[in-house]
Amino acid sequence: MSAAQVLAQYASAGTESCFHGRHIKPQIYADLNGSNWRLADYEARGGYAALRKILDADNGMTPDEVITEVKESALRGRGGAGFPTGMKWSFMPRKFQGQKYVVCNSDEGEPGTCKDRDILMFNPHSVIEGMIIGAYGMGVSVGYNYIHGEIWIAYERFEEALQEARAAGYLGRNILGSGFDFELHAHPGFGAYICGEETALLESLEGKNGWPRYKPPFPANVGLYGKPTTVNNTETFAAVPWIIRNGARAFLETGIPNNGGTKIFSVTGDVALPGNYEVPLGTPFPELLELAGGVRHGHQLKAVIPGGSSAPVLPASIMMDLSMDFDDLAKAGSMMGSGAVIVMDETRCMVKSLMRLSYFYMHESCGQCTPCREGTGWLWRMVQRIEDGAGRPEDMAILDEVAGNILGRTICALGDAAAMPVQGMIRHFRAEFEHHIKHKACLVPEYL
Amino acid sequence: MSISTVADAPVARFSEATIARFDQEVVKYPPEQRRSAILACLAIVQDEQGWISPESEKALARYLDIEPISVHEATTFYDMCNTQPVGRYKINMCTNLPCQLHGAARALKHLTDKLGIEDGQTTADGLFTVAHCECLGACADAPVMIVNDRSMCSFMTEDRLDQLVAELTAAEGKA
Repeated sequence: MSAAQVLAQYASAGTESCFHGRHIKPQIYADLNGSNWRLADYEARGGYAALRKILDADNGMTPDEVITEVKESALRGRGGAGFPTGMKWSFMPRKFQGQKYVVCNSDEGEPGTCKDRDILMFNPHSVIEGMIIGAYGMGVSVGYNYIHGEIWIAYERFEEALQEARAAGYLGRNILGSGFDFELHAHPGFGAYICGEETALLESLEGKNGWPRYKPPFPANVGLYGKPTTVNNTETFAAVPWIIRNGARAFLETGIPNNGGTKIFSVTGDVALPGNYEVPLGTPFPELLELAGGVRHGHQLKAVIPGGSSAPVLPASIMMDLSMDFDDLAKAGSMMGSGAVIVMDETRCMVKSLMRLSYFYMHESCGQCTPCREGTGWLWRMVQRIEDGAGRPEDMAILDEVAGNILGRTICALGDAAAMPVQGMIRHFRAEFEHHIKHKACLVPEYL
Repeated sequence: MSISTVADAPVARFSEATIARFDQEVVKYPPEQRRSAILACLAIVQDEQGWISPESEKALARYLDIEPISVHEATTFYDMCNTQPVGRYKINMCTNLPCQLHGAARALKHLTDKLGIEDGQTTADGLFTVAHCECLGACADAPVMIVNDRSMCSFMTEDRLDQLVAELTAAEGKA
């Protein structure tokens, strides 16, 4: 066997993460099997019908009508912030003379999240079609998809899908004879979590270090190469064709008010069946947990980080009463973020879990802002000290204070993302930290 | 490596085939924004040479029409850049929380012990480099690792790690 053949055996086929048949009313992952990602398969599933619909010479839609439709669908950004997509699109200056850009953020590196990988691998044309529709709505002729450097295979697949779309006349000049031009390119990242922040992503796309920019000005005014730019997440774009095809109302009715459509949750950690689960927004958490096979080894649920590593942790008692939507999670003091649900069972030590997360944020801080650059190191060293049995009683107050001093005092949200997990852990699991400090030992016996 | 190492280094020469690959990336951007292709070009250099040498940094700077320090900035900012030579197989194992919950730390220790190296080191025969890394974006398949920046490997528990090492060693004719 060659080395390439050896390595190919260990590649994910998507069987466990995507083709398990346990989605509820899927819109993006519907009918995928891993081998039907090509253009012809996508068209057979109704793909590019939305684009044909808006560009139809007789009954097409105007750019404004496209944006209105997306607004009415209540589609909210799937990358983390949950900002209404249609409203974001409407911020792009209408009469701007010159180049404007649309950018897809596929720099999926939020610990716990792997939904965009499966979209890019198994349904890449949904993203391409969504981007073309967005570009039409915003009057944009060039787009880029910035793809996480570590999923190189998805970058290559997206390039292949782009070739197919160009050859079929969905990309390029005078698309489907409509007079609308749009060219789209794939752009690889190369290992920097911070580039998932939209302005850092734009810097990186310009070939620079991914250092976030001050906002304002917002990208809609000063974005890529200083031009008006809209950045949306992969899953957000992938949701758009379905909305145009089936109508805003049908999308909205799939979810709950103010939370339209389905959402893909990456459920990981201590569950029997880790994977991506596409379910309507507003699905009760216990139902999602059951789809993922429940807590593994027959253990009890202890805690859940419901929206990626940056989201504050919630204890089982609160989590089991929540529904998975932007508003319910926010009310509980956490957030939906990217939809990464990290499940932890009763055998898990919260100090050790936080220590790993704090190490991550220290490593990924870009170093521009002092509170984040220095504060993330402080947080990690203090949590490590507590874990190592060298914690002091006053450490709890200092941890809280350092986190508080980072929060809201940095250019981008990475500082907040580092601070919020600390505050969440202290809020809900203070006793466990205090036990470590007092007894120089862990409350739970073993940790993998 | 220090900045002076880069400054003193001679300039590498890329093959025509390599330049052709660069050209395919550069055309994606406006003509005055060649620099945008820097990460794609670094990935190509690393794919072909295994690492980004100071000589390559300078040559890429010349190709992209930017200062060598700008390329050096990128190679020291973006984690996937190898600024030192690595083994034939560079293995990066994610140890972030979702992977940790599936035994990544234990699996990493198992691998480094088996190969007789520490996290971040290369084996004496130059075959394997092993280092922990941050989230690879494949958390549902935990524990995950990536080989030579391209091959994502899923569910890498101890027994599968043993199997992979044995198979790669055999593929190199060193079994």
